[in-house]
Amino acid sequence: MVQKLIVSPSPHVHSGDTIQKNMYNVLIALIPALLVALYVFRLDALIITACSVLFCVVFEYLIVKYILKKTPNVTDGSAIITGVLLAFNVPSNLPLWILAIGCLFAIGVVKISFGGLGNNIFNPAIAGRIFLLISFPAQMTTWPAAATAVDAVSSATVLGNLKLSPEALPSLQSMFLGTEGGSLGEMSALALLLGLAYLLWKKTITWHIPISILATVALFTGALYLFDPQPLYHPLIHLFSGGLMLGAVFMATDYVTSPMTKKGMLIYGVGIGFVTVAIRLWGAYPEGVSFAILLMNALTPLINNYTSPKRFGEVVKHG
Amino acid sequence: MLKTFRIGGIHPKEQKISAGKAIQTIALPGQVIIPLSQHIGAPCQPVVKKGDTVKVGTLIGKAVGFVSANIHSSVSGTVLKIDKALDASGYKRDAVYIKVEGDEWEASIDRSPALIKECILTPGEILQKIAAAGIVGMGGATFPTQVKLTPPPGAKPEILIINGVECEPWLTSDHQLMMEKVDEILVGVTIVMKALNVQKAIIGIENNKQDAIRLFSEKVKGYPLITIQPLKVQYPQGGEKQLIDALTGRQVGSGALPISVGAVVQNVGTLFAIYEAVQKNKPLIERVVTVTGKEVKQPCNVLSRVGIPMNDLIDMAGGMPETTGKVVSGGPMMGKALPDTDIPVTKGTSGILLIPTLEAKRKAMKDCIRCAKCISVCPMGLNPTLLMNLTEYEVWDRAEDNHITDCIECGSCSYTCPADRPLLDYIRLGKGKVNGIIRARKN
Repeated sequence: MVQKLIVSPSPHVHSGDTIQKNMYNVLIALIPALLVALYVFRLDALIITACSVLFCVVFEYLIVKYILKKTPNVTDGSAIITGVLLAFNVPSNLPLWILAIGCLFAIGVVKISFGGLGNNIFNPAIAGRIFLLISFPAQMTTWPAAATAVDAVSSATVLGNLKLSPEALPSLQSMFLGTEGGSLGEMSALALLLGLAYLLWKKTITWHIPISILATVALFTGALYLFDPQPLYHPLIHLFSGGLMLGAVFMATDYVTSPMTKKGMLIYGVGIGFVTVAIRLWGAYPEGVSFAILLMNALTPLINNYTSPKRFGEVVKHG
Repeated sequence: MLKTFRIGGIHPKEQKISAGKAIQTIALPGQVIIPLSQHIGAPCQPVVKKGDTVKVGTLIGKAVGFVSANIHSSVSGTVLKIDKALDASGYKRDAVYIKVEGDEWEASIDRSPALIKECILTPGEILQKIAAAGIVGMGGATFPTQVKLTPPPGAKPEILIINGVECEPWLTSDHQLMMEKVDEILVGVTIVMKALNVQKAIIGIENNKQDAIRLFSEKVKGYPLITIQPLKVQYPQGGEKQLIDALTGRQVGSGALPISVGAVVQNVGTLFAIYEAVQKNKPLIERVVTVTGKEVKQPCNVLSRVGIPMNDLIDMAGGMPETTGKVVSGGPMMGKALPDTDIPVTKGTSGILLIPTLEAKRKAMKDCIRCAKCISVCPMGLNPTLLMNLTEYEVWDRAEDNHITDCIECGSCSYTCPADRPLLDYIRLGKGKVNGIIRARKN
């Protein structure tokens, strides 16, 4: 026998699943929302998304290579996702230099300074978006009207109008399809739900986080609507407006910053739902999804610590 | 809806390319090496010495202590020496080297193929015969069977569970045995039911063995106490606790034995061996081994005497492909990688799997991305990534609190991990350490 044999402990086969595959599945799931953004905002959407991805990838490459002096691994796809998600969270007319600052903060501060993919506490895109919202409130909340609309003037979003002038609300149908104003990628609930279906089909994520968030928002606002049926409390308006769908499907489900047990995922999702509605109804900002996610990101280690998976034989059943 | 176990599980590519290949008997070599430790428990005491002549079925190693199993010569010939030999565990341990001369069997063994259905022995006599024949669990765990069939004081077996699942990818030895020895296996079931005094037996067969399900469903009509239950294909359904859950809905608690829910589990291969031992006086000296792999020319199911070097079996399958990088004794999920191929077949060798170098190498491990897929697939409901970290940082008390000792080492976590983290390697280490701490505390 001349061949040398490899000896290693079992198992001797692997599923073939990789970090890349999961990340690229998320990117594929984002395509419908991107198409809607391109349709609504045309070239602006393309420029913002492409630049955001480019900034994130280049910043990660440069920081890892020249500051950390390690081998960059930008092909894992996580920086691309951060780029796309950050782009989806800003208005289509945001100056590119502001976008670059957001990308640098998301990648450099939120992701790499904590140890890179897998070790960051907060979702980089969410933290980047909040950083920009606080630093550049005017630019971050002036949305151009959809290019598909007849009169192309700046307009407030649905959630902005909800508190100020509820009579100016658009139809639910246009909110669902995505022809109302707003940030790039949060336009169409339908497109985002298609993405959710894809992620569930590919088993990239489980239903626990997105469904618990959406259900909490619907039930919470629905309960209020029963007592006081005004548009401010309409559950469908809350479901289809703002960043809720984008946040529930793509931002809250970030592996790294969400709980690992099913029980934990439900606690996390319900928490995000409650905080979102609370901020939307009683807070200073019209939208609260990103703050809610950021807050629950911070609680994730605690949730992980106090929830454990359902063990085999925990409840001995005699059938 | 097909039944299956309720927590975790994976479905690797089945790869049963040797399915349906009739069992071939391998020719005897010039020499066999029979390890004196082929089971869990104490190694045997050799009862032959250099120069002794033995026949097929002659006792050569006597069980020592309660958890141990006799070992018999699988050939006739002369004992060359008792010396260390490398076995599938990777250790050099005592073994009996025998020069093969002819093929003469002990007179007490009934070699006729006639089926003997009636068994007039008492439960005690059945157990004695099983113990004398050196029968061990042939699914791979090699736990001495007479011990498993002797319930601890106070425990009352209610149901016999038969494992016809063969959930490991690639392996087909149990499947083929079921197709060729269905009558013997069913008589084996009745013998064990008598030994345990139970009135109910369920044979679990995974749904990818439709022919076996049909055959057993037909044959079982003559046995009112035995039922056949098709199961959804799901790994690790052959695990005792998982199989009991799938078939009865009862979950064996942490640290408890199947008997705590009234169940005793036996593999189909073991039942065939029990039939031969009790009805034919034949000790456990041979078994069916699947020889297979992606580039193996003639994947096959081989009836091999214990002690034949695996090389001979690989030759029977068309020789070792040049690309082979890893040789596994058993299946790809729980089998052991062998350092060499002249290691002898033992009672627990269910298969020999040849893996090409390209697929045998592990990929570099990346940082955990906390995707929680290891948690979803763990059939024991553990948190593998946490247990790996606790082992890495040697936090033994927390590892114990998080039930590291419940791990059945099925490998579903490592199989699934997209970051190629060697979860089970660490958990195995941690489990050994924690078990040691628990033992020390008791003493």
